[in-house]
Amino acid sequence: MTHLTSEPLDADRLLREVAAPNRGGLALFVGTVRDHQEGKRVLRLEYTAYPEMAEAEFERILREAEGRWPVRAAVVHRLGVLEVGEASVVVAAGGAHRDEAFAACRYVIEELKRRVPIWKREHYATGETGWVESGADPAEVEAP
Amino acid sequence: MNPPRSLGGPLRVTVRLFARYAEAMGTDSVEVSLPAPATVADVLRALRAQVPAAAALPARPLCAINLDHVLPSTPVMDGAELALLPPLAGG
Repeated sequence: MTHLTSEPLDADRLLREVAAPNRGGLALFVGTVRDHQEGKRVLRLEYTAYPEMAEAEFERILREAEGRWPVRAAVVHRLGVLEVGEASVVVAAGGAHRDEAFAACRYVIEELKRRVPIWKREHYATGETGWVESGADPAEVEAP
Repeated sequence: MNPPRSLGGPLRVTVRLFARYAEAMGTDSVEVSLPAPATVADVLRALRAQVPAAAALPARPLCAINLDHVLPSTPVMDGAELALLPPLAGG
């Protein structure tokens, strides 16, 4: 299973992946490129990753979510250059009811931000670029 | 391809760099050598001693070995690949 792609994301495909006749609640989260960051106008974002580790970390997070709640969960993150409004990440979770679907979906996106080695560089309207530093504090990331 | 950088010591570790760290160091991979046994913190010290550009790195960067997060106290084996991860920004 690959969770990284340079192609535009397909939220419907991810929803179909977690859907089943016994799952009455499907939760979907879509993260998109925002047009501003700390007062600066953002034109586009450039995502890069440590791909082998990102894939492994995504798998661990999905298995954790599926262990904590009775759901099926899926995630895909886009890499490369994205324009404002384009989807950078899609998370889907499906369970018998909405509570577990929402909880699992939330867990996957929060853990992704904390643990998955992906970086983004913003391209501003001024022509400047900057690495985004919104990630986890090293001291807070769990190690084995 | 550059010759591997190494200075006396039986333990060889490949340090992989990403995003802003790769930019700051001007490379995405550096080899360091140090006495065994060693921890992640020892490798970082050896890196700073052997590669001047490593001064640009923070005191305690996020680290990974074998595709998993590790602590400064984690032991490092000969031939290991230690990844230094800039602050994460996925999503």
